[in-house]
Amino acid sequence: MAMAAFRREGRRLLLSPVSYNSSFAARSAILSYSELGPMGARSISTQAVRNRMKSVKNIQKITKAMKMVAASKLRSVQVRTENSRGFWQPFTALLGDNPSVDVKKNVIVTITSDKGLCGGINSTSVRVSKALYKLTSGPEKETKYVVLGEKGKVQLARDSKNSIEMNITELQKNPLNYTQVSVLADDILKNVEYDALRIIYNKYQSVVSFLPTVSTILSPETVEKESEAGGKLGILDSYEIEGGDTKAEVLQNLAEFQFSCVLFNASLENACSEMGARMSAMDSSSRNAGEMLDRLTLTYNRTRQASITTELIEIISGASALTGFSQSARATDNIQYRRYACMIKLQS
Amino acid sequence: PPTPSSIPSKLTINFVLPYQSEISNKEVCALRPSPADLSESRLEFWQMGVLPGHVATIAELKPGLLSVHEGSEVTKYFVSSGFAFVHANSITDIVAVEAVPVDHIDPSLVQKGLADFTQKLNSATTDFEKAEAQIGIDVHSALNAALSG
Repeated sequence: MAMAAFRREGRRLLLSPVSYNSSFAARSAILSYSELGPMGARSISTQAVRNRMKSVKNIQKITKAMKMVAASKLRSVQVRTENSRGFWQPFTALLGDNPSVDVKKNVIVTITSDKGLCGGINSTSVRVSKALYKLTSGPEKETKYVVLGEKGKVQLARDSKNSIEMNITELQKNPLNYTQVSVLADDILKNVEYDALRIIYNKYQSVVSFLPTVSTILSPETVEKESEAGGKLGILDSYEIEGGDTKAEVLQNLAEFQFSCVLFNASLENACSEMGARMSAMDSSSRNAGEMLDRLTLTYNRTRQASITTELIEIISGASALTGFSQSARATDNIQYRRYACMIKLQS
Repeated sequence: PPTPSSIPSKLTINFVLPYQSEISNKEVCALRPSPADLSESRLEFWQMGVLPGHVATIAELKPGLLSVHEGSEVTKYFVSSGFAFVHANSITDIVAVEAVPVDHIDPSLVQKGLADFTQKLNSATTDFEKAEAQIGIDVHSALNAALSG
């Protein structure tokens, strides 16, 4: 009878430290994992908490490794991105930037990544694309998507499946180079009719900041129209065409070349942003895993000590039942008191 | 870019490639790129000279020599293709797909390449193969001319 009382006492005091604990999993583990050991002795199992700790530690290792990989890839792509930034500047110097041009056929080229775990950059790109779609659609106007990258395809296919003209994935299987991008640009230009192409990508500014950017490229006909209308492109007519081609042909080649240049720079910048975003995402992931591990370790120790206390109590009560009541009562009281004092100290 | 009132004495050039900016904001005296000319026969070697005060121009470049004259120094590049924009304020932008300084080119390989592509042209069956071989011949003969000229 004394044993039962002590056991009940033990379990009640076990449950109250647990309720301090914010970890729900630990509580359920303790409640559901008290088993009957040999000779009918009860022992609280720490197996569940230990398993969880092992898996969280593994996750932490993996995310740390992913962060290192992303950091090293970032370094190499960053150099190439910065070098390629001068590539599209001559075109802007010549033609200016006209994001607000109003045309009938718009094609939105969204650059996203193929792999996930890179933070929110793909969602921002898709959001900007959708906003741009709404802006440019209207009566007599049509807007289409060309999606580069798996993640963009998945997100855009959910509600705009019919507007996706082309989808290109596995862009980064081989390191990005200009030849590959120019072939891609050729492909896109062949398959879509456009008056204006808008490329949406994340521009890399630093390891933690990426800016969603839109680059506009006009088709030769639109360039002609805009130059006649005056404005920024008005001085285009003052440029002579050297080389014996007609103006139209040169402008056509110019537009295609401009598209491939801008696409090259855009895909490099996006790759850079992807690596940077993945680095910070994996970094915060490792940190969270570390914090979770700390909390789980505390719970584990508490559970372990509680189960030791319970066992001790049972043993001593058993022994006291054989030897004498008052002596053992005082002994168990002492032990109980000391153990619970330790546990309370640990909690605070 | 606006037209300045007087002609500047030097030309400022920006020469960019996909993987780096070869020259940026360098002041030079003259520039001679080779613009593309599809109407004339391809074997003609035509050059365009750009001096400070040149009229604004858009030129498409064919494979050929680009020489940059800086005082008495001349740096020669072989350009595969691209565009050159001369702006009214004597800033010239050259965007090329690929460019190498001429001293990095090996003449023996050029000869070999020319021979290879001539042979390919003779043995080509489809239009596509013929076009490929023709392009190879053009580039290599331009390389040849660049090395000798």
